[in-house]
Amino acid sequence: MAGAFAEAGADLELVDLHKRFPGFTAIEEMNLVIPAGSFFALLGPSGCGKTTTLRLVAGLEEATSGRILIGGKDVTETKPYQRPVNTVFQSYALFPHMSVIDNVAFGLRRRGISDAKGKSHEALALVELDHLSARRPAQLSGGQQQRVALARAIVNRPALLLLDEPLGALDLKLRRQMQLELKSIQDEVGLTFLHVTHDQEEAMTMADTVAVMNKGRIEQLGAPEMLYELPRTAFVANFLGQSNLFTGPVSGTTATSIAVDVEGTRIVVPKARAERHTGTVTVGVRPEKLTLHTEAPEVDSSRNLLGPGRVIDVSFSGVSTQYILAVPGAGTVTVFAQNMGVGPLVADGAEVWVSWSVDHGFGLEDEAPPAPRFDADTDTATIAVQKKRALMSELEEA
Amino acid sequence: MTLQEGAVLADAVTAPKSRRRGRIGRTSWILPSYTTLALVFLLIPIVYTIVFSFNNSIKSNISWRGFTLDKWLNVCSAQNVCQAFGNSLLIGGVATVVATTLGTMIAIALVRYRFRFRAAISLLLFLPMATPEVVLGSGLASEFLGAGVEPGLLTIMIAHIMFCISFVVVTVKARVSSLDPALEEAGRDLYGSPGQVFLRITFPLLLPGIIAAALLSFALSFDDFIITYFNSGSVQTFPTFVYVSAARGIPAEANVIASAVFFIAIVIVITQQLAAAVRRRRLARTA
Repeated sequence: MAGAFAEAGADLELVDLHKRFPGFTAIEEMNLVIPAGSFFALLGPSGCGKTTTLRLVAGLEEATSGRILIGGKDVTETKPYQRPVNTVFQSYALFPHMSVIDNVAFGLRRRGISDAKGKSHEALALVELDHLSARRPAQLSGGQQQRVALARAIVNRPALLLLDEPLGALDLKLRRQMQLELKSIQDEVGLTFLHVTHDQEEAMTMADTVAVMNKGRIEQLGAPEMLYELPRTAFVANFLGQSNLFTGPVSGTTATSIAVDVEGTRIVVPKARAERHTGTVTVGVRPEKLTLHTEAPEVDSSRNLLGPGRVIDVSFSGVSTQYILAVPGAGTVTVFAQNMGVGPLVADGAEVWVSWSVDHGFGLEDEAPPAPRFDADTDTATIAVQKKRALMSELEEA
Repeated sequence: MTLQEGAVLADAVTAPKSRRRGRIGRTSWILPSYTTLALVFLLIPIVYTIVFSFNNSIKSNISWRGFTLDKWLNVCSAQNVCQAFGNSLLIGGVATVVATTLGTMIAIALVRYRFRFRAAISLLLFLPMATPEVVLGSGLASEFLGAGVEPGLLTIMIAHIMFCISFVVVTVKARVSSLDPALEEAGRDLYGSPGQVFLRITFPLLLPGIIAAALLSFALSFDDFIITYFNSGSVQTFPTFVYVSAARGIPAEANVIASAVFFIAIVIVITQQLAAAVRRRRLARTA
């Protein structure tokens, strides 16, 4: 299996995968199919189990239960060196005592493939680093090391390429450039890419399909546009971009929409965009869909209106300006406005209203967490103490 | 500690030093003079040993009786000198190979694996370094006596291996803990079997630490006197030979061997520094 070159990528299938470490569960129950040739991203905060998933697929960790299939073949019990999988590590893990070319040829030589050197030069040419093949990894810049790590993995033509936050250590500009480069290389070689990242922008720009992970589970899976437009849970709504969330009981239902009563304000959401239609429902809208008004506007039934509220913060970020409003009953509301004119639309402290098209709202499956994790006036020292206590009690339980 | 082991250790353990040079003011002649005095004080015994290796001595080698190369050309003419030196080399070689092999394995196990009594073993390994040599030596001697083992080459080797292991473990452990586990994982990921990963990745990356540990072991074994003296029986090593013959006057041939060892150590250190300089220049050129 590892002896042959894969002609194309293979499917990856995870069936009821569990992973428990002493003291905590890294992966609750994972069922996932990644089709051959796709660029799949696992997105989540640190500690959500995404890297563990990757290490399970690579064979660097053993699953507690469940099965892993690559191209339909069960590889759950096989050793990492027997799997048709290669990894680009977060730290790159280039062998410091070998030249760049020897690094790239390592996998080919272990499998006894002929012309390892020639194939390695080709792979280095693909990442435009063939002229540096005689150097040691320590003599390369971060971006170059990252490309060598990529070449070292793809030269083996693995059925599945695993990327463990490989762009995390690069600066923003280089990261953007490498994202494009990775994407074009994936198009070129046609392998299946499984990319793990905590950078939501990176996941959205690069992947065909994104799975958002939280606490060892996949919260939602789909195309980036779909996830952004229709988040299903409060976690997804806030992890993938920002959201304004409002919670209240459903006060009215029509054939196509539901109305939620948020402390006296009626917010309407299309039924097709809401996960639940009865009881207490959390609805939301993205900050860039909101329009700011300095006077109470006349709105028809196609728009929701909130206000009046007060601007409590204005922050300018070049392309857009972020306004934070305090709206009685609805809490704080974030608005992104494109900077099409000069200067902010409204000043700090101004009285404003916001409105948005009913079609832009969404209704969540769960409820928004009731309060922020820490009080606004808590200092970092107190947070550290709280964190430590929580950790200690967790350790005692374990 | 000999010069050689000091230099090797410094190379293996310290990070690249940042060199900061302060300017010496016109009035601050105190530090240079103090340094010169300290160096003279340190080097006089060595210079004395070297100079008296050329002494045309007859029986005792205490007063200067004229220059000769005879002692250098016929080192083995004095009774037992060469045999004792040979014993020291043999014991040092065997102790180094065995202690380095075992110590490296222990170091890897202590860093990489979690097992019962791991912390206790780490602590116990420090004991031979902390215990006075007299205690270790006499303790071992009574052990051997109790077990009915005839003291000789074998008992000396066992004793040396015992105290060398601790130093090897400490030296190699530092190297293992600085080794990124992701490198070995990358090796396994790139179709390397466990044996291949060890041979091509782990071992070459640990090698500087292992070499330093081996040189340290050899140096420790070569000039150990106390433990050896307790466990040697009728066998003589170079240090015990020098000690015993001190009563009757040390032959100049012993000075020859001591000087030769000193020169060899100096040559090793200089070669190493030169090789490092060449390597740095070559790297700088390709960069």
